[in-house]
Amino acid sequence: MRVKREQVDMAEGDMTPMIDMTFQLIAFFMVLINFAQTEANDNVVLPKSRLVKPPEAPLEFPIILHVGADGRVYLGGDDYTAETLKIGLDRELAVIRAEGKAPEDANVVIRGHEFVAAGHVQEVIRVAQDAKLTNFALRVKENLRD
Amino acid sequence: MKIRNRRDAEKNELNMTSMIDIVFLLLIFFVMTFKIVELEGDFSIKMPLAGQSSGVVDPTDLPLKLRLRSTADGNLAGMELNEISLGNDQAAFARLRNEVKGMLASSTPVAVEEGEGPEIEIDTDFNLQYKYVIDSISAVSGFKEAGQVVKLIEKIKFAKPRR
Repeated sequence: MRVKREQVDMAEGDMTPMIDMTFQLIAFFMVLINFAQTEANDNVVLPKSRLVKPPEAPLEFPIILHVGADGRVYLGGDDYTAETLKIGLDRELAVIRAEGKAPEDANVVIRGHEFVAAGHVQEVIRVAQDAKLTNFALRVKENLRD
Repeated sequence: MKIRNRRDAEKNELNMTSMIDIVFLLLIFFVMTFKIVELEGDFSIKMPLAGQSSGVVDPTDLPLKLRLRSTADGNLAGMELNEISLGNDQAAFARLRNEVKGMLASSTPVAVEEGEGPEIEIDTDFNLQYKYVIDSISAVSGFKEAGQVVKLIEKIKFAKPRR
C-alpha cells in the first residue's frame, strides 16, 4: 500500500514552471495593452506618414474630431455635418470656458479618413476657426515600413 | 514521528486549482484584447482665422504656395509648387521635397526661431483624397535622415476650400 501511495505522489507534476510562464505572459500582455486606442473610431482609417512620431506629452484640452470617408464628423457620441458641427464645438468650448481657459488653449485633433475629400477636412477646420480655435493637429498613423 | 511528518507535509500543500483558473482567465483576456497597433502622431498646424495673423510680415519670407489638383474620382491629377509642375505620381512628393529643400537652401540661412520660418499655403481641390494632402504635408514638413527627422517647413496653412 505504501509503495502505491508514493506512485500517486510522483504523478503530481510540478506546477511551478508553468505558473512562472503564465505570469510572464500575463505581465507581457498587460504591459503591451493599449487602452489609449479607445479614442479611435471605426469609421476612420487614418492615412500614413513616416514622418510623425507619437507625441511625448498628451495634448492639452483635446477636441477630437473624426472625419469619416463620407465627410460626416464624429464628436463625442454624436455625428455632425460641417454645417451643424458648430453646435457640437460650442458644447466642447463651454466645458473649456468653465475650466477658465480660452478657446486658443484647446487643441483640435482631426482624425480624417484617408479617402475623405480634402475639402471636407478644410471645412471642418474653417468651422473650428470660426469658433476661435487655432491649434490643429492632423492625426496620422506612423508608417514604419518605407 | 514518521507519520506526523507526512501529515504535516500533506497539509502544507496549497490547492492551486482556483488560482490557475483565474490566471488562465486573465491570460485569455489579455491575449484576446491584444492588438498590434501602429502608433499615431500629429502634424501640428497653428492656423488662426485669416486676418488675425500677427502684423509684421518679413519681406524675406518665401511665399510658398502648393496647388493640388484632383481628378473627378479624387486621385491626384497634378501638383504645382509656385507654378513649378511636379507631376501626379508617387515620385512627385519626392520632387516636392527636393524643391522645398532647394528653396530653403537658397534663402537666407538665418537661425530660425521656434515657430518661425517659411510658411506654405496648401490649396487643394475639394474632391482630392485626404491622404494626398497628408503626403504633401509630410513632404514639405521634413525628411528622415539616418533615423533623425530633419524639419523643413513648420508653418502650414490651408487656403479657402474650393467648392
